[in-house]
Amino acid sequence: MYIDPTITMESEAYWQAANEGKLLVKRCGDCGQVHFFPRAICPECFSSNTEWQEASGKGRIYSYSVTRRAEVPYAIAYVTLEEGVTMLSNIVEADLNALAVDMPVEVVFGKTRNGQALPLFRPVEAST
Amino acid sequence: MSRSAKAYIAGIYEHPTRKAVDKTVPMLHAEVARGALADAGLTKDDVDGFFCDGSVPGLGGMVLAEYMGLNLKYTDCTETGGSSYIIHVGHAMEAIAAGKCNVALITLAGRPRAEGLQALGARARGEDSPERGFEVPYGPMVTNLYAMAAMRHMHEYGTTSEQLAWVKVAASHHAQHNEHAMLRDVVTVEDVVNSPMISDPLHRLDCCVISDGGGALVVVSPEIAKTLGDRCVKVLGQGAGVKHLNGGRFDLTYTGAAISGAIAFDEAGLTPADMDYASIYDSFTITVLETLEDLGFCEKGQGGAFVSDGNLISGVGKLPFNTDGGGLCNNHPANRGSMTKVIEAVRQLRGEAHPKVQVPDCQLALAHGTGGQISQRTGAATLIMGVNDA
Ligand SMILES: [Zn+2]
Repeated sequence: MYIDPTITMESEAYWQAANEGKLLVKRCGDCGQVHFFPRAICPECFSSNTEWQEASGKGRIYSYSVTRRAEVPYAIAYVTLEEGVTMLSNIVEADLNALAVDMPVEVVFGKTRNGQALPLFRPVEAST
Repeated sequence: MSRSAKAYIAGIYEHPTRKAVDKTVPMLHAEVARGALADAGLTKDDVDGFFCDGSVPGLGGMVLAEYMGLNLKYTDCTETGGSSYIIHVGHAMEAIAAGKCNVALITLAGRPRAEGLQALGARARGEDSPERGFEVPYGPMVTNLYAMAAMRHMHEYGTTSEQLAWVKVAASHHAQHNEHAMLRDVVTVEDVVNSPMISDPLHRLDCCVISDGGGALVVVSPEIAKTLGDRCVKVLGQGAGVKHLNGGRFDLTYTGAAISGAIAFDEAGLTPADMDYASIYDSFTITVLETLEDLGFCEKGQGGAFVSDGNLISGVGKLPFNTDGGGLCNNHPANRGSMTKVIEAVRQLRGEAHPKVQVPDCQLALAHGTGGQISQRTGAATLIMGVNDA
């Protein structure tokens, strides 16, 4: 079971959207840059004019590692989204011995102990 | 009569809020920063030094630097309670006079009225750090975070587990002569790659030891040093740097050493080729490999070839490193490795390292420290030292 995220007033909308099956990123209304993790103030230009944007949910593995020493081995990964930002996540619904850098993945939502939806990623089937 | 000044205060800003129910602490830091910079006629991109106290959200000033998108080469989170910020001004002045930074940003923010006392506990545990919700649920650990840097380095440059193993092999060759080292057995490349996988691609022997202990340094003025004799070593250059996830655009194949090393070498007027010895923070084998590249001992991507075939072994290779056995074999007091890195470099410059690992005529040495996690937010520091008459 996943640990619950700390939710702040800056990230509340992100986690609500996750509960509706949406992955959000923040986009700056002034400089246009997308950033992650989402902030109220743009880390590129310091503007407060930041907006939520729904991500496509598709991306590629930037890097990963299978933590073998855990009770249940798991794959932590940095996933680069189509929107150009890279986020930390886990790779699930996958053969942990067959993961690779650059592997195409798509978002799926897991549940934390308290039922909060959590963005995770699974390999995109080559045939579909 | 006019006195010359080493530094000036260029901008001030007092936040108008008296009860910030609608803002997080990181937002307050960003808002006062924006205000003071505007007052000074500067922008965020001018800032290269950041000073804050130890009570800010996250680890030192790094999370706030990431939050605000600051690109830093100097940071100081000296914690002295309410007087901290005056000390920060003093430190900023000294740092500026020494050329360590040009624009030092000092921020203070808090919301004790809005949060009440309960939140203080959460702050102490770091639970209000703004990145936490986006990282902690996924199980980040020191091992898997460094492993992701190694995995990416392998992908981009073809670095192999065998090459990483050579870092441990070299450390073990040195540790056999250190009676205090935790691990004194000489190991082979095969021993390392056949040790249990901890988090792909890092094996047990790619990881440093966990130990108690500690160390201390005394730094003195040239006038005092003159009275102390030849065992004093010169600080010829020093640099710092902060690297973070940069709003989601980052590269795990390099570390903060790319920033700190260049500054230190520049200040010293020296190059990596001038170094007779190097202490390199070795939390993991990958830490050493990326750091050596970032410091310029070899080209980016060539670290695997550089560390192979005993090139880091004293008396064998071109760059003797961590002759006490380092964190990989000797010790890693309180999970903080750079104190012992400086100590061993000083021993080398004094000619007081173990005779089996002493570098002949060691004139110039480097010590490098890596803090935090290289796959998240990391603070780097490089020190270049020389013998007393260097
Ligand atoms: Zn912007």
